[in-house]
Amino acid sequence: MIREFSPADVVYLIAAARWTVLLALTAMVGGGLLGLLVAVLRIIPLRPVNWLAIGYVNLIQGTPLLGQLFVFFFGLPLFGLSVEAWTAAALSLSIYASAFFGEIWRGSLQSVSPRQWEAGAALGLTYPQRLFYVILPQAVRISVPPTVGFLVQLVKNTSLTALIGFVELTRASQIITGATFAPLPVYLTAAVIYFAICFSLSQLSRRLERGLHAAR
Amino acid sequence: MNYNFKFGALWRYQDEIVQGLLLTLQLSAVTMVCGLVIGLGVALAAGSPRRMLSAPARVYVETIRNTPLLVQLFIVYFGLPSIGIKLDALTAALIALSVNMGAYSAEILRAGFESVRRSQVEAARSLGLTAGQAFRHVVLFQAMKAIYPALASQFVLMMLATSVVSSIGVAELFHQASFIDSRTYRSFEAYALITLSYLALTLVFRSLFSGVYWAVFVRRPRR
Repeated sequence: MIREFSPADVVYLIAAARWTVLLALTAMVGGGLLGLLVAVLRIIPLRPVNWLAIGYVNLIQGTPLLGQLFVFFFGLPLFGLSVEAWTAAALSLSIYASAFFGEIWRGSLQSVSPRQWEAGAALGLTYPQRLFYVILPQAVRISVPPTVGFLVQLVKNTSLTALIGFVELTRASQIITGATFAPLPVYLTAAVIYFAICFSLSQLSRRLERGLHAAR
Repeated sequence: MNYNFKFGALWRYQDEIVQGLLLTLQLSAVTMVCGLVIGLGVALAAGSPRRMLSAPARVYVETIRNTPLLVQLFIVYFGLPSIGIKLDALTAALIALSVNMGAYSAEILRAGFESVRRSQVEAARSLGLTAGQAFRHVVLFQAMKAIYPALASQFVLMMLATSVVSSIGVAELFHQASFIDSRTYRSFEAYALITLSYLALTLVFRSLFSGVYWAVFVRRPRR
C-alpha cells in the first residue's frame, strides 16, 4: 500500500533522530573515556606502551568505520555477546571515536610548550602537580574546539549503522521510503535534520575557538 | 567460545578481492581528481569579494560538510530519479563522492592560499619579480607545502569512505565482503579480511605520500 509522504513522516524522522543523538552521545562518552586512556598511553615515557597505542590508532584510523561495524556485528556473537545492532553500533563507534579523541588530546597535551614543564619543575612542583595545575588547564583550552569539531564527524558517521540495521535517522528514512516511494523528500528531510544537528555543533566549535583564543 | 575460524575458505575468492581492490583504487583516483577540480573552483569563488560568487560557495561547503555522505549518496542515487535524472550506481557513486570531496578540498585549498602571507608577495615584487614569477616561485611552492599533508590525509579518509558506496551495489572492495559472505556464510572472516585489506591500502598510501613529501618539499634540489 503506497501512501503520500506526510507531515506525520517528518515527525517520525525527527523522532528517529533521537537515536542518532543517543548513539553519538554514547560514543562520545565511551570513546572519550577510552580516548583518554589512548592519549595517556601515547605520552607516558614508556616505549612499548607508546607503540601499542600507535598501533591501535593506526588500526582504527586505517580501516573504514563501515568495516569495523560489520566486524563487531558478526564478531560479537562469536564471543556469546548480544547480536543486537545497538550493541555493535555503540561499541564500534566508541572505539572509532577513541582513536580520534586520543590523537586530538595527545596533540593538545604536546602542544603545550615543554618550557612549561621545566618552569613547573623549577618551582618545585611534583609531576602530578605540574600535569594537573600547569599543563592540563592549557591543553584543555586547546583541545575543546577540535573535540567539538570531531563530534560533527561522529554524528554524521552514526548514519553508517543503518547498514547493519540499527534504526536511527538514515534507517528510518529507508523505511519511510519503502512505504511512500518518495525517496527525494524523505532523504532531503533527513539531510535537513542532520544539518541542523551538525551545523549547530560546527558553529559551536568555531565560537569556542574564537572565545578561547580571545580569553588568553 | 567454540567457533572455528576458517579464513582458508576465503582463498578461492582472491579474484573477486583483486577486482574490488582495483575498483576502489579507480573510484578513489577519479574522486580525488574531480574533487580537486571542484574544490579549486569553490575555493576561488569562496575567496572572491563578490557575494554572488562567495555566498553559494559557502553554502555548498557547509551543506556538504554537515550532512552524512551516505545520505548524500542516497539523494543522488534514489532521490534524483524522481526528478527525471536516472543514474547507474557507479555514476551516482562517483558524483556523490566527488561532490563530497570537493567541499573538503575547497576548505583545504582556501586555508593553503591564506597561509601564504601577503608580505611574501610584496617582498618578491620589490625584488623585481613579475606577478607571475612571484606566484610561481614564491606563493605556489609554499601553498603546496602547506596544503599537501592535509590533502594526503583527506585522500586516505576519502579512500576509506568509498566503502560506503557498496550500499548501492557498486562492486568495490567492501562489496566483495558481502559477496563472499553470501557464498561461504563465513561473515566474520569475510568482513575482517576485507577490513584489514583497507589497512594495507592505507599504509601503502601513507608511506607513498610521505615519501613524495620528503622528496619534493624537504630534500629540495638547489638551483
